[in-house]
Amino acid sequence: MTFSFYRVGAMVQRYWYLLRSSWPRILDLIYWPAVQMLMWGFLQLYISQNAGYFAQAGGVFIGSVLLWDILFRGQLGFSISFLEEMYAHNLGNIMISPLRPVEFLAALMTMSIIRLSIGMVPVSFLAIAFFGFNVWSMGLALAAFFLNLILTSWAIGIFVSGLLLRNGMGAESLAWTIMFLFLPLTCVYYPVAVLPHWLQWVAWSLPPTYVFEGMRALLIDHVFRADLMVEAFAINVVFFIAASVAFLKLLDSARVQGSLMQTGE
Amino acid sequence: MHAATPAISIQSLVKRYKNTTAVNGISFELEPGTITGLLGGNGAGKTTTIATIMGLVMPTSGTVKVLGAEMPRQRYRVLHRMNFESPYVDMPMRLTVWQNLNVFARLYGAADIGARIEALAEELDLGEFLHRPTGKLSAGQKTRVSLAKALLNKPDVLLLDEPTASLDPDTADWVRGRLERFCAENGATVLLASHNMAEVERLCARVIMMKKGDIVDDDTPANLLARYGRQTLEDVFLDIARGRGEARAVS
Repeated sequence: MTFSFYRVGAMVQRYWYLLRSSWPRILDLIYWPAVQMLMWGFLQLYISQNAGYFAQAGGVFIGSVLLWDILFRGQLGFSISFLEEMYAHNLGNIMISPLRPVEFLAALMTMSIIRLSIGMVPVSFLAIAFFGFNVWSMGLALAAFFLNLILTSWAIGIFVSGLLLRNGMGAESLAWTIMFLFLPLTCVYYPVAVLPHWLQWVAWSLPPTYVFEGMRALLIDHVFRADLMVEAFAINVVFFIAASVAFLKLLDSARVQGSLMQTGE
Repeated sequence: MHAATPAISIQSLVKRYKNTTAVNGISFELEPGTITGLLGGNGAGKTTTIATIMGLVMPTSGTVKVLGAEMPRQRYRVLHRMNFESPYVDMPMRLTVWQNLNVFARLYGAADIGARIEALAEELDLGEFLHRPTGKLSAGQKTRVSLAKALLNKPDVLLLDEPTASLDPDTADWVRGRLERFCAENGATVLLASHNMAEVERLCARVIMMKKGDIVDDDTPANLLARYGRQTLEDVFLDIARGRGEARAVS
């Protein structure tokens, strides 16, 4: 038996059944991105009316919020789908089925995009309606930003899922909070140059930093920095492979420790 | 499958967790098409043994083979031919019964899914709640749904962990009848962990008794009753659990 899109589809269908059965779950996907975008949008509006530099940097805060949400909610969408199995005490059924780990991860990645689309597409139209900021006008640059951010979010999601398999629900809080470690380090709302020199090395080791720098170059200097996107992609490939290997190792470790039998507290 | 290949073969299986030995070098084989009971008190090692057979747990040493495939290393060769039912493993509560069965049927690669679910709904009497959320069912209804999930792929090897726990006697008897029928019609090999001795006596041609990680006896129910001089398997179980077993069996 090899990789089966049919089994991946079965898992995606399972999460889709769950999502559509609960309107609060769907509302939750849109609620926070919309609130964030509105708050930062109005703040930017205020600053741009009072500072010349920011007046030229149209939409940089809103752009940052939208791209940050791709990163944050991409990982959250991945991890929440995984957590749903633990909340439902269904992981045992999944793990003894013919579903392979790589198929499970593919289903979680697919759900991450579906959940992200439900949340972010309406919010991007709200940004146009409220602030005249059209993220879609970034065109190919947006595609490059999205690809790099979603790859990072999946890599983090895969690693956290491995920790959940190995350590059970004791690691649940990581799924909700780990991405906030990236918020200051990846320079979402300010340039890398603001950081102390030694911390800049850390920032440049994280793929999202390249994306946010690239977004500022596009919105402020009107230049698409393809070099930054290529570098981000290269680091992302390393992140993704490392996370996948870690996941498989943690899964093996869970088998040794017997933690797949008890996925509760 | 070759006639000589045991459905399940366990050789010198040891499983240790840090300082605890859950299974201490047990060996047994199950012939295809047989129903075997795995009995023992809490902490006897039954759950670890079953989890190892399913590939959920890596043995510390020894080998576990299912339908000729070594577990967990070669598990993807045989997982589609196995299944498991336990009232202690839930199915997603918000999904309807039909949705759950549909997802698992796809995961197991069941053929003609709609017809298979309809057939199981008919056989296990799920029709009236097939489109109700699984979380809103009674314990007995959930057990029937779990059983339907376990039979979706018409498994060659079926592992059951207390399949009738928390059921009233009538429903439990009904479930046992369905299990017997499935095994008779499909020639499935069943390993049944249970604390219900009447259930074991009715269903199992062979009983393996475990205590503190070891197999302490392994025979037909009739032979066990004769050897221990008891009328019921429950008394045999109590003899073994309370350490009276060896003396009685010898005498």
